[in-house]
Amino acid sequence: MKSYIVKRLLLAIPTLLGITIITFGIIQLAPGNPVERNQQLEQGIQSEQITKEIIEQTKKLYGLDKPIHIQYWIWLKRIATFDFGDSYKDHRPVIDKIKERLPITLTLNIISIFLVYIIAVPIGIMSAIKDRSLLDRITTFLLFGLYSIPSFWLAMMLIYFLGGGEHWDIFPIYGIQSANAESFSFFKKLTDFLWHITLPVICLTYADFASLSRYQKGSLLEVLRENYVRTARAKGLSEKTVILKHVLRNSVIPIITIVSAILPAMIGGSVIIESIFSIPGIGQLGFEAILSRDYPLIMAITTITAFLTLIGILIADIAYVLVDPRITFEGRN
Amino acid sequence: MKEETKLNESTGYWRGVWTEYKRDKLSVLAMFLIFSLFLVAVFDDLLAGKKPIIMKYQNNIYSPAVFNHKKLIGMDFSDQDEIKDISSFVIFPPVKYSATENDLFSVLSPPDKNHYFGTDDRGRDVLSRMIHGTKISLSIGFVAVGIAFIIGITLGGIAGYYGGRTDFVISRLFEIMITFPVFFLILTILAFRDPSIYNIMIVLGATGWTGIARLIRGDFLKIRNYDYITAQRALGANDIRIMFVHILPNALAPVLVAATFGIAGAILTESALSFLGFGVPPPTPSWGDVLSQSKKYIDFAWWLVIFPGLAIFLTVTSFNLVGEGFRNALDPKLRGR
Repeated sequence: MKSYIVKRLLLAIPTLLGITIITFGIIQLAPGNPVERNQQLEQGIQSEQITKEIIEQTKKLYGLDKPIHIQYWIWLKRIATFDFGDSYKDHRPVIDKIKERLPITLTLNIISIFLVYIIAVPIGIMSAIKDRSLLDRITTFLLFGLYSIPSFWLAMMLIYFLGGGEHWDIFPIYGIQSANAESFSFFKKLTDFLWHITLPVICLTYADFASLSRYQKGSLLEVLRENYVRTARAKGLSEKTVILKHVLRNSVIPIITIVSAILPAMIGGSVIIESIFSIPGIGQLGFEAILSRDYPLIMAITTITAFLTLIGILIADIAYVLVDPRITFEGRN
Repeated sequence: MKEETKLNESTGYWRGVWTEYKRDKLSVLAMFLIFSLFLVAVFDDLLAGKKPIIMKYQNNIYSPAVFNHKKLIGMDFSDQDEIKDISSFVIFPPVKYSATENDLFSVLSPPDKNHYFGTDDRGRDVLSRMIHGTKISLSIGFVAVGIAFIIGITLGGIAGYYGGRTDFVISRLFEIMITFPVFFLILTILAFRDPSIYNIMIVLGATGWTGIARLIRGDFLKIRNYDYITAQRALGANDIRIMFVHILPNALAPVLVAATFGIAGAILTESALSFLGFGVPPPTPSWGDVLSQSKKYIDFAWWLVIFPGLAIFLTVTSFNLVGEGFRNALDPKLRGR
């Protein structure tokens, strides 16, 4: 068990390095080098003195006068201490900007993942028990339909019908709290927050119901074919006991690892959903960074979100082993 | 005679799959829908456009919608009444509007007997843009998945066939690609390189191969130890021949299912990119592009929201249903139920 966890953590190191290499490589794709780009951006607004200063500063930041592998090494050493440089836009440290935004996105994504599991797992169990029944077919079809709706389209529909356009004005469509939220009591603040995130959370969750419930269904059907289930039935246990006591628990275990498929997609989805609902999270920050070609910010966001996703996957993998003693490291590879 | 037996053997598996697939009527319907979309994409110029499908002009028959006739160069097709006057016989496409030309006299008009799906903020016919957009959206879906398919089969195949250290390195590559915020990565690359249709295909393909590679790797790991592979090796077949001629056909079916889901995903991603302004460059029509225009006019221009949204939804659902149908048909555990 311990050796598995150690090995799994060690395996994350090359992955982490690969993430930084790709991030670094993407910035090299940018037309012209970042210094020239930055100069073009600043020209006209800044005096020549400051422009020169910025060029020097940026050159030093990236070591652009050096060969590319040395540049990468310098950058790697800096990000190891979480020094991602300053934003081009307002010259604040990138890491501070991310620190402000990250908790919001993390909260939204954790709530969303939690909801996906709470809703999709029972659906999956139900359609496995009633496999190929009319109910199973209808839910499968409905979930596939949901999965096929573009999230931005649904977001616009929700805003249009529920966000006070021509129709009902039920949910706020801007930000995560009311303008006067500072004066609210704790409980009111919480309900105000939940009220604000309802529509964004709907848009982040609905598409994942289909895949997760299908995994749950497949997993349960697989467990139903196991020999110990046959044994349980053979010794005369009622179908209810067989399902609830023997099948259900074992079928839920592999579902933990599906979080590694959901998490990256959800962070990607945050870019769209946060932009539409003006949520000051990391997705919106990232989209703004791309629009304004804010290289240090883009590199920092890619690296940090990939890093956090990796942590999420590691936690899921380790939790998987912890709850299921039958899994060994060798067995999984 | 010998030839015939061989033929029967090789079609047997797929014929069984097809019999199984046909049992699900919904999947068959979805396949029919995709096939119709293909026809729309191939014959888009005959379905929508200003140029006549067939016209008789000075005793010669031309088809300006399909060919660029030398004799007709310089002819102005914008006034259809004039075309009618000068030609003795003419058939126009059912939708008589160009997908790209602006018409400032009919901006944002709701659906009526001229513009069946209404017009956008530059007066372009929405139905015409959607018909031509079918070609763009479908080709992005297919080419992107084609690229992902090639990368996935190559990397997954090498990892599974050689195993050991090679497998270790490539598996780390899978993990890197999975951890990356792919959508953000796509946006970044398209912001740096201009978002032409080819770049979108390449970026979507280069980021979407992990699912296919994983499946291929798993199957290759299993199949490489089968006796018939050992026999091939004893006969002197080289690695490449064993991988692509002997193992790949037996590992292909689940990958094709994954590819079908991949096309659905690529079409969705393309529409999201267009929505954020990183899609195909204007004035090229794509479904996502039509939909993205509705952002500004959502209060009243429902036709800009409903029609392209429905087109994306139906297409993506169809691809998913076909993928699901084949997955069920391929699963021997579900056979004959």
